[in-house]
Amino acid sequence: MSIFIDGSTRLVVQGITGRDGSFHTRQMIEYGTDVVAGVTPGKGGQMFDDSVPVFNTVVEAVSERGANTSVVYVPAAFAADAVLEAAEAGIELIVCISEGVPVQDMMRVLPFVEERGARLIGPNCPGLITPGVCKVGILPGQIVAPGPVGVVSRSGTLTYEVVFQLTRAGIGQTTCVGIGGDPLIGTNFVDCLEAFEADPDTRAVCMIGEIGGTDEQVAAEFVRDRMSKPVVGFIAGRTAPPGRRMGHAGAIISGSEGTADEKMRAFRECGIAVAELPADFVGLVQAGL
Amino acid sequence: MNIHEYQAKEILRAHGIPVPPGEVATSPEEAEAIASKYGGPVVVKAQVHTGGRGKAGGVKLADDAADAAEKAAAILGMEIKGLTVEKVLVTPAEEIASEAYVGIVMDRASQADVFMVSSEGGVDIEEVAASQPEAITKLRVDPRYGLLPHQAMGLAWALYDDVKQVRQAASIIRKLHEAYRAAGATLAEINPLIVTPEGEVKAIDAKMNIDDNVLFRVPDVEAMRDTSAEPPAETKARDAGLSYIKLDGDVGCVVNGAGLAMATMDMVKHYGGEPANFLDIGGSSNPDKVVTALEIITADPRVKSILFNIFGGITRCDDVANGIVEATNRIEIDRPIAIRLTGTNEEEAVEILKQAGFAAMTDMDEVVKEAVSLAHGGSD
Repeated sequence: MSIFIDGSTRLVVQGITGRDGSFHTRQMIEYGTDVVAGVTPGKGGQMFDDSVPVFNTVVEAVSERGANTSVVYVPAAFAADAVLEAAEAGIELIVCISEGVPVQDMMRVLPFVEERGARLIGPNCPGLITPGVCKVGILPGQIVAPGPVGVVSRSGTLTYEVVFQLTRAGIGQTTCVGIGGDPLIGTNFVDCLEAFEADPDTRAVCMIGEIGGTDEQVAAEFVRDRMSKPVVGFIAGRTAPPGRRMGHAGAIISGSEGTADEKMRAFRECGIAVAELPADFVGLVQAGL
Repeated sequence: MNIHEYQAKEILRAHGIPVPPGEVATSPEEAEAIASKYGGPVVVKAQVHTGGRGKAGGVKLADDAADAAEKAAAILGMEIKGLTVEKVLVTPAEEIASEAYVGIVMDRASQADVFMVSSEGGVDIEEVAASQPEAITKLRVDPRYGLLPHQAMGLAWALYDDVKQVRQAASIIRKLHEAYRAAGATLAEINPLIVTPEGEVKAIDAKMNIDDNVLFRVPDVEAMRDTSAEPPAETKARDAGLSYIKLDGDVGCVVNGAGLAMATMDMVKHYGGEPANFLDIGGSSNPDKVVTALEIITADPRVKSILFNIFGGITRCDDVANGIVEATNRIEIDRPIAIRLTGTNEEEAVEILKQAGFAAMTDMDEVVKEAVSLAHGGSD
């Protein structure tokens, strides 16, 4: 089992003919993802790599090919509308990889997506992968392996680091989800923890947070109150100075809020095992399993 | 992006909010000329990207033009929280009957813009929030409908009892919301919003922060960026598409990805070193970025060792390796480098580096220990 994506995922790639979209579409197909359609306005009727039909609109991709999941690789200026289009077309899971989406755009997108009953992951995220079955996004397939651990993270390459160390130690994953580094995102830590708690195959969860905001603190309370499975947590940014945006738009300490110490304290108080270094995950997960 | 008070006031004026006139001076002579134009007492205000200017002595009342020159001379060049004052705003002194606070901020928790108003203005709003939270009225603006007129009136009634002031304040609140939206701001504050003895409501201080991601859409706001207010290396990094923040340590860090970059800095500290910077070379595979990154890091005289931590996903390790080799050909790098590369095209990268005389590691902990040891003068 897994969360959010599995063998029934029928993927449409928004921005399939672009540089990033085409590269990652090939990677996803190679990994085994069922890519049923692509969308690029004006290129409807073409075939991508002789195998994936391209449509002008997401509505057509849904009606003609039964797409139920979309991944968005369009430039930041158009990303919000691409997400809205997918939600309007009835897509159930929308994964927005695009980086640099204005926060005022996301503010309009979130209630729209919610009202239509869709789930959004991202923006500014690496997507998600269910090892051996399906990947949606840009996570490298070669670093994961099937197994009992769920991974959820606000980061991209830091997730790869942790997942790679788990895999190397023989600890596989049910699903790895990158929820994105922006201040306003669709699916958050709690949504993923809830899904991992409900997934019978997930026996432990790794949560990789960072400075900025209070999502990790809220997630910690969820773990304390509602989770039976062991959770191991890490927070990046202990050495970050206050008031500066550390690469991710959401990684900024404002006042005394959002510091790594505060988040790690919340983790400890709520029974989450804290990894001081990425390398600590392996031992803590093994102890929890 | 931060903008200065005088720039935020320009935006508010352009949206019809009553803001007293003001001009910027970079010398005492200019300040004197501006003050004599207004006549009467003026306020001379340091223009730096930080709060607490008044407490630091960066805001002074001047009786006349000659006094304005003196006050400007005292403020220009002053350091406030590590920032040197390069400009002052000279603005006529207003008579104040009362002071209020009006602000709007992008609130992550409620995924919306939230207005905050308080009749306790002219002071640090964080202190008011801590000591008398009941003195602050909040309103979440529904992103689907925006700020409704009666909501603006409701906020204004929390500030004033007289309907004349309430109507003026409600109009200012609506215009502030429009200005905030149009500029792509994540924060806009008027503190204080004053009532003059004649009953006029005016904004006499303003602060705005702009979402970096929206700048492509608001070129006139992006043009307000003051590169003299940031370290030159940060400007150079931004122009090259790198995300760089200078810190005080001696281990220069080059990493791909913001989360991994932060985790790398934390690990440097964990193993007894101090990171010299945050630097994310991003997800692309452009050797030029690596060259620029090395130029920026080696220009920092404090840096004693350079640490590369690359986890190849989209970023190809061989591109980074080529960038390192190219950089060492183009510029002289007189400090030791510790390199870790793993992931996409790792074998090619290790070969490229070996040919050029560099050793490469594959483990993050090992490379961080090595870089810290190199910064401390040892090699093993």
